[in-house]
Amino acid sequence: MTNKILMKGSEAIAEAAILSGCRYFFGYPITPQNEIPEYLAKHLPKVGGTFLQAESEISAIYMVLGGAAAGARVMTSSSSPGISLKQEGISYMAGAEAPCVIVNIMRGGPGLGAIQGAQPDYWQATRGGGHGDYRLLVLAPATVQEAVNLTYQAFDLADKYRNPVMILGDGILAQIMEPVELPEANMQLPEKAWAVGKNENRPRNIVSSSYPKVYELEQVNIRLHERYAQIKKNEVRWDSYLTEDAEYVIASYGSAARIAKAAIKMARAEGIKVGLIRPISVWPFPAEPFQRIIPQTKFFLSFEMCTGQMIDDVRLAIGNERPVYHYGRLGGVIPLPEELLAKIKELVKEAK
Amino acid sequence: MHELLLAGFGGQGVMLMGKILAYAGMKEKKQVMFIPSYGSEMRGGTANCSVILSDEEIDAPVVSKPTVLVAMNTPSFDKFEASVKENGIIILNSSLITREEIRENVKVIKVPASDIAKELGNERIINMVLLGALVAATNCVKVDSIMASLKEILPPHRHDLLPLNQKAIEAAMKLDK
Repeated sequence: MTNKILMKGSEAIAEAAILSGCRYFFGYPITPQNEIPEYLAKHLPKVGGTFLQAESEISAIYMVLGGAAAGARVMTSSSSPGISLKQEGISYMAGAEAPCVIVNIMRGGPGLGAIQGAQPDYWQATRGGGHGDYRLLVLAPATVQEAVNLTYQAFDLADKYRNPVMILGDGILAQIMEPVELPEANMQLPEKAWAVGKNENRPRNIVSSSYPKVYELEQVNIRLHERYAQIKKNEVRWDSYLTEDAEYVIASYGSAARIAKAAIKMARAEGIKVGLIRPISVWPFPAEPFQRIIPQTKFFLSFEMCTGQMIDDVRLAIGNERPVYHYGRLGGVIPLPEELLAKIKELVKEAK
Repeated sequence: MHELLLAGFGGQGVMLMGKILAYAGMKEKKQVMFIPSYGSEMRGGTANCSVILSDEEIDAPVVSKPTVLVAMNTPSFDKFEASVKENGIIILNSSLITREEIRENVKVIKVPASDIAKELGNERIINMVLLGALVAATNCVKVDSIMASLKEILPPHRHDLLPLNQKAIEAAMKLDK
């Protein structure tokens, strides 16, 4: 029999990190993700780990870089404005090939915005975010259980590709409680021969993003680019719902995808054949399932809690083959399934 | 599917009531979701949370038209009365809410929860009285599951309060019959 426990999304992310072998957390408080640091402050010391609240997001992300360079499993979490502050350090980590996990629990923006859940940071997350030509592997859970599973895997993926991995959630996911099943604690962490630290039997290791010689830096860029190609090949994740006979396809991720699913059930009850493709990895973006479904699809509808960002990736995937529309609510307003249903019906009517 | 909206003053035990319902539902192998409201709210302002209990997978993490509203005070009743689903239920703490309902297409159950709690000797168990009324009206979970959940949620040094909580729930259940 499985043993399920009721957990808040943010707490579940924190526990999954511990179970995956994360022993260091550096961060700075911000709503709606404060339960992550709160949980880790309580539980990391029990497993011999360190929780440290830094004086700012910027110092926190550089502490993460330090921990990663030393070979530890390390994490930081924040919400939209705090993630913006961390971008310089994230870029340094991408350049230094320092693995870590960054959690962004998105809220309404721009600027200080509001503390309610939203999805306005898709571009920032999927296009690198900071300066320089880099990418993060970005995973977007829709349920508390998926948040556990993806956070648990994120540390392995970060180590495998020596690249920062982002968990892209929102205020809804962080605050709701759902039953979850937790994985076994990971006791076998990978060796990191590249890490800095005391070792008299090997040459000195340096973990840095500084390459003053341009030809050397170009080689680093090429190497990173090849690694991103590997990630694109191996790590594309997505889910679909009722797409087999779908004539209209919604693209949606995270909490929005759950609202989409509810709207699809309502639409189906009225005989409208709508389906859902839900990217789980938003970088790399699952272009292939969208391309495959073009022949049967009359239009695509990107449903996001912002003015439309993922819609770009949907358009890149399908080109000019079909119309791509957008619907969403902004600033932390949660769209209701009924609203999306109304939009679907309006578009279906126009398409006929 | 039960979509419950629980609302009251901060400190009336709204969040605990929601958590107990979610735990109890989980014990009965139901699909459950607990959705707290959060915001830049003041002490003494309204607090609310939603709980979804279902036999099927829960999709949208939002309750816009609750099947049941539990209103612990007048501001909560004012704020959420209109949102309740047609033929839904409103359970009122009639010790504090004196105005009549405006809605006609819902069932209203008036429970003098503050007075019952006072009679039982502890005003802090208003939430348990209303929880009893909720269970009596909807059968959404069993009292046994609630008591088992409460035992898990409350820290051991508070377990001496378990019999009082049970009494509060039972008092309200008798009331409905």
